[in-house]
Amino acid sequence: MAKLSLTVNGRSYSVEADPETPLLYILSDDLQLNGPKFGCGLSQCGACTVLLDGEPVRSCVTPVSEAAGLEVISIEGLGTPEDPHPIQRAFIEEQAVQCGYCISGIMLYGKTFIDRNPNASEQEIVESLTGLLCRCHAHVRMVRALKRYAQEVRA
Amino acid sequence: MRPDNSPMTTDALAALEKAGFSRRGFLKGAGALIVGFRMTGGAVKLAAQTAPGVPLDRVDSWVAIAQDESVTGYSGKCEFGQGFETVQYQLIAEELSVPLDRVKLIYCDTSVTPDQGVTSGSQSHMAEFGPSGLRQALATAREALFRMAADQLKVPVDQLTVQDGIVSVKSDPSRQMSYGQLVGGNKFNLALNSRAVPKDPAQYTILGTSVPRFDLPAKVTGQAQYVQHVRLPGMLHGKVVRPPSVGAKVVKVDESSVKSLPGNVRVVVKNDFVGVVADKEWQAIQAADALQVQWSDGVALPAQPDLYDYMRKQPSRDAYTVLSADVDQMLGQAARVVRATYLHPYQMHGSLGSSCAVADVKGSGADATATIWSATQGVYPQRDSAAMVLGIPRDKVRVIFVEGSGCYGINGADTVSYDAALLSQAVGRPVRVQFSRKDEMTGGENYGPAYVVDLKAGLDDKGQIIAWDYESWTLSKGGRPNATTPGNIITGALAGFATPALVPARGNPPANFGNNGNAAPAYGSGCVGATCGGTGTIRSERVLTHTIASPFFTGPLRSPSRLQNTFANESFIDEVAAAVKADPVQYRLRHLSDPRLIDVLNAAASAAKWDTRASPKPGNAKTGIVTGRGISCVLYEGDNGYCALVAEVEVDQGSGLVTVKRLVISQDSGPVSNPDGLRNQMEGGVLQGMSRALREEVRWGDQAIASTHWRTYPVFQFGEPLPVVETVLINRPDKPHMGAGECTITTAASAIANAIFDATGARLRQVPFTARRVLEALGAR
Repeated sequence: MAKLSLTVNGRSYSVEADPETPLLYILSDDLQLNGPKFGCGLSQCGACTVLLDGEPVRSCVTPVSEAAGLEVISIEGLGTPEDPHPIQRAFIEEQAVQCGYCISGIMLYGKTFIDRNPNASEQEIVESLTGLLCRCHAHVRMVRALKRYAQEVRA
Repeated sequence: MRPDNSPMTTDALAALEKAGFSRRGFLKGAGALIVGFRMTGGAVKLAAQTAPGVPLDRVDSWVAIAQDESVTGYSGKCEFGQGFETVQYQLIAEELSVPLDRVKLIYCDTSVTPDQGVTSGSQSHMAEFGPSGLRQALATAREALFRMAADQLKVPVDQLTVQDGIVSVKSDPSRQMSYGQLVGGNKFNLALNSRAVPKDPAQYTILGTSVPRFDLPAKVTGQAQYVQHVRLPGMLHGKVVRPPSVGAKVVKVDESSVKSLPGNVRVVVKNDFVGVVADKEWQAIQAADALQVQWSDGVALPAQPDLYDYMRKQPSRDAYTVLSADVDQMLGQAARVVRATYLHPYQMHGSLGSSCAVADVKGSGADATATIWSATQGVYPQRDSAAMVLGIPRDKVRVIFVEGSGCYGINGADTVSYDAALLSQAVGRPVRVQFSRKDEMTGGENYGPAYVVDLKAGLDDKGQIIAWDYESWTLSKGGRPNATTPGNIITGALAGFATPALVPARGNPPANFGNNGNAAPAYGSGCVGATCGGTGTIRSERVLTHTIASPFFTGPLRSPSRLQNTFANESFIDEVAAAVKADPVQYRLRHLSDPRLIDVLNAAASAAKWDTRASPKPGNAKTGIVTGRGISCVLYEGDNGYCALVAEVEVDQGSGLVTVKRLVISQDSGPVSNPDGLRNQMEGGVLQGMSRALREEVRWGDQAIASTHWRTYPVFQFGEPLPVVETVLINRPDKPHMGAGECTITTAASAIANAIFDATGARLRQVPFTARRVLEALGAR
């Protein structure tokens, strides 16, 4: 066990954990965040995605020790139901969710790509999501939401 | 603690108890209050029904009106991402003429909501809008409110009107009373009145509109609580250790193998159920990996390549859907007989989130109680079966639904709930069990079963079908658990409860026509005795299904049996059309009689700008990339929603790769409650159907399932070319409600197979249409 300092969604935490513990379990069990979710534990689906210093990572295979000292952002850190981030607003406006379990991966990979490539084509947006799964297969709406977000970023 | 939109979460419970209302006390006490949460977190006090057992025939079981004018509905139909929570909000607001933001909904909790069985099978609309569901309770309540107002305001009922929950005198609107004033914090104390008249759907202003989903703001901001996030004080983390091969038994468990691990590891064994519990989740995972268990060999499995031959040779339980006496005679006198066999594999629900549950089993013997937080489709069936697993009375068990990852049928939600309950009972603390991906795929869910379908059609000299002969083989083991069958799911069986054996039996001629499994084609007249219940014109039909014992647990998977049967029937009608060089839409129309099925077929064809001609497409080369279109239609379950699908595909004849370019779907489910919600279901359903058609097949080896994760059970994923999906809604406010969630998925495999045939002249008769199978079919042209 080791004492680790984490910065998550702008707040500082001190946790005691085996440094090899996947970051997801710390976020979900210790910090009680509901955004990053356990899907596969194998980096195959993306439900556990968080931003680590601005880069999307799979928290289910990222040891907590790798996150120490870096800035962790989960979808909770983007906005709230009352004041959603533009990408969250885009998903609400397009009703681009069914069960919503996969949403962290789709929004965080999509947001990162579009922020850097606001003029990306639809095909480029779809390709930026390679390696993510949505088992309700709400793909069509999700891509529509990302295009709406890209429009907002461009504006 | 985080408030959220899920009723009766741990937060809500904590708030309840903090407010001085124990759960049991709340149920017994008259005039108690319950605290409801909205997604934005505001707590609102409202009157709640108080009857224990939540009887279905009492208005108070379904609706409560508080003095603050809030209206709370209680329902046994849960939210799984299909949007039915929002439809129920709409229904309550509509039927009682109150604004949507005044409505609360509490659903799927055995202590407070009515027992409506399971949320499944595209049955929610029929149940809640039916003669004994939520709408009827609301209609009864509305009539009662009008009677109360008539008494108070001293005018006849027909002189009253209502708006925004305020009843007023039509001729003098200043004379008015609000619902809250009328009810006065009391209960209705009324039986459901089957003669109460619900609102005329033609007058709807809230139903029939695209009200945005109530649950989405919380979901996209990470505020929503899923069952994976139920956290109780003192809660431990459990993991299961499943047999490495199918049917293996515990020989020996070496508890010393985990003694030195951190986290106060405990090992729990009950027959062949093995699990570990530790303080932290990561510790439990490591303990489950380290635990040394000696298992017996598993049972011999049919070799996967031989499965479909194996299925034909086993003792079976047989059932006829329809059996005309003259089928052999008509086939004998036919000018031509067309034959084909279709094969469909075992498939998985493959929920994105591996299943999870939390259980808190306290005390023992007569004092034992259990609370289970579960994403089950049926809180009451789970309560009853979990009581058996735990050996405690069912009235001491409470099951509280908390949404999980989309389930599409009986995924691991029930079995993981037993796991958590058994572990909690053994250690005397609340236990959360989160399945690994492998647990979910190999030791969690009940698979959708494989099918072999042999089809024969006899044609007259004009190419009209005069006889249809269907014979299929499928497999079954277990299914949904109920009060007597916890062995229907994996953990129940491991813990020692028998899985009911399949008893072979000859089929009898049917007493009436019911096409619940869509084994009979849309083109049959479905004549049994003097009555004909089919949607088509073919008079001579034999439809016989053989069910054999499955080596793997099976159960409902989105469009169970209907999807497999429709793949066969709708591919075959296309083959017959091609055999007589007829256009696939026109040929279907020649054999259909149901006007609504005809309408959805025409609507999809028209929206897709269907190119009327026979398949295959003339002029397509035998090499390179070619395109084609295919169609499919179904009346889901024979009476539960019409849809049709046009698929356009591109086939690379060099690689065998199929790319679906466009999907045009039409659907008629009666009155449309929420157009955008319906489109969302249609779109997701058809893409999931595409994934199942192109990719999905459970694989196994000598003794064990080999599909353990997303690389060994591949599904359609982001990054792959996404088809354009278009939807056409046919709204019929004058018709009864039908199901909406499973129609489009049912048509996907056949429409795609038909499109591949149109493009290439090669017929895909085995799902999934992998590149290798496409190349084989191309080679067989």
